[in-house]
Amino acid sequence: MLHHCDLCHIDLDRISVKRGGQVLLQDVSMHIHCGQLTVLIGQNGAGKTTLIRTLLGQLSHTGSIRHVDSRGLDIPHLRTGYVPQVLQFDREMPLTVLDYLAASLTARPVWTGVSKKTREQVRKMLADVDAAELADRPLGRCSGGELQRVLLAQALQPAPDLLLLDEPVSGIDRNGLKMFLDTLVELRRTRHMAILLVSHDLRFVREYADHVVLLEKSVLVQGRTEEVFTSPEFESVFGTGEKEEEGNA
Amino acid sequence: MEGIYGILEAILPMDAFRFNFMKNALLAVLLLTPMLGLLGTMAVNHQMAFFSDALGHSALTGIGLGIVLGLRNDLAAMLIFGVVWAVMICLIKQSGSASTDTIISVFSSTSVAAGLLILARGGQFAKYSSLLIGDILAVTPGDLLYLLLALAGTLAVWVLLYNRLLLTSVDSMLARSRGIPTRLIECGFVVLVALAVMLSIRWVGVMLINALLILPAAAGRNLARNSRQHAAWSVGIAMVSGVSGLILSYYLDTSAGATIVLFSAVCYAASLLIRSIRK
Repeated sequence: MLHHCDLCHIDLDRISVKRGGQVLLQDVSMHIHCGQLTVLIGQNGAGKTTLIRTLLGQLSHTGSIRHVDSRGLDIPHLRTGYVPQVLQFDREMPLTVLDYLAASLTARPVWTGVSKKTREQVRKMLADVDAAELADRPLGRCSGGELQRVLLAQALQPAPDLLLLDEPVSGIDRNGLKMFLDTLVELRRTRHMAILLVSHDLRFVREYADHVVLLEKSVLVQGRTEEVFTSPEFESVFGTGEKEEEGNA
Repeated sequence: MEGIYGILEAILPMDAFRFNFMKNALLAVLLLTPMLGLLGTMAVNHQMAFFSDALGHSALTGIGLGIVLGLRNDLAAMLIFGVVWAVMICLIKQSGSASTDTIISVFSSTSVAAGLLILARGGQFAKYSSLLIGDILAVTPGDLLYLLLALAGTLAVWVLLYNRLLLTSVDSMLARSRGIPTRLIECGFVVLVALAVMLSIRWVGVMLINALLILPAAAGRNLARNSRQHAAWSVGIAMVSGVSGLILSYYLDTSAGATIVLFSAVCYAASLLIRSIRK
């Protein structure tokens, strides 16, 4: 049973997803709080991406997803922003970062050019994620870390209530990853948005997360980082090796 | 039309344009090539070259079915069949039941066979063989009017679809998360290409239509860095190839469609060379 809490949050109540006779998620209940970085951990196939897709409204499910304010009253609309794990696209496409972001901002087709106003807006979006220099770079020539920043800039416009990031750390070096997480922490502080991050890097989870959820089709354990990391459920999923590795880091 | 002919003669004072059929052909080229050049950019980016090729072949079936159903108007039969065919491929592709290549190949060979079966009954195919290579010199002022309407319609829909289609072609799940109805947008584009191909096929021919859609856009892609440059290069190369190919075909006494396509192919080769030098 989840406790009542004082912040606005997204309330997931007994979410189950079935596909082709297989249970992908079973009775997942959790709160994702505004102004907090909630990190979803679990083995491959635990249902992390399924949960993200469910929150994006792309999979049918049972149970409820409510966006509620601090008094527990429903907020009618839940606006989500999403940063995918990887972008599978044709890297030879003649498309700059400016084109790509402008296409998600305005209806004016980008093959007719980008207006000065939109150009300024894109530059500001990129500056907010420390990527101002990328505007004129072809999208296909961005490194993994740079691409994640571009996608983060896109996900933040229009400002979401819930920011979903699906393993945005793979394919990025540790410095890039640290910069990315620092940006997220800053966003959490300044914009007070709810952030749900899927991560495999347990060392960074320990350092950055406010709330950790261990998923294995259903929620095995959730709570503050130390509570989860010292739980028997955590040990049964990840073994003791992960803890030793963290200790050595 | 006399006014327009007068302007053309003033701009292009050459022997080839003494004849009205050449002026009509030139006007048709000036209407067709920007339409195909623009649509081609996304067909190339969306990796649909094979699809549009197969779509061209299906025109034969469209006409064949038109005959079976007693439709007098070949163009209407082609348009209706082309759109139905395109939507069917789109839906099957989105259902994810087999690889896209396989689906398109199945549709393409089936539609060509069905078209030939009907059109070649009783040794009648010679009547329709002009469809294979097209005949741009047969364009009439009436045809030009509907080509003008087609160009205007394509541009209008293209303006509505483009950004959402671009986001979809980069990553459809991400686009969907931003509220873009990706399946509808993809099908909308496929239908637009189907309409453009069917409208052009009489003048360009089943064998050559795809080259005109894909070659300028592929060449433009080698030269461009952003979307605006891609559209500009693609339309520019398509128009220059169209006009140059038409003029050359007159003096070399060759097929206009084939000469236009070969000119585009030379442009593509040049773009590859420029690209490799730049690297």
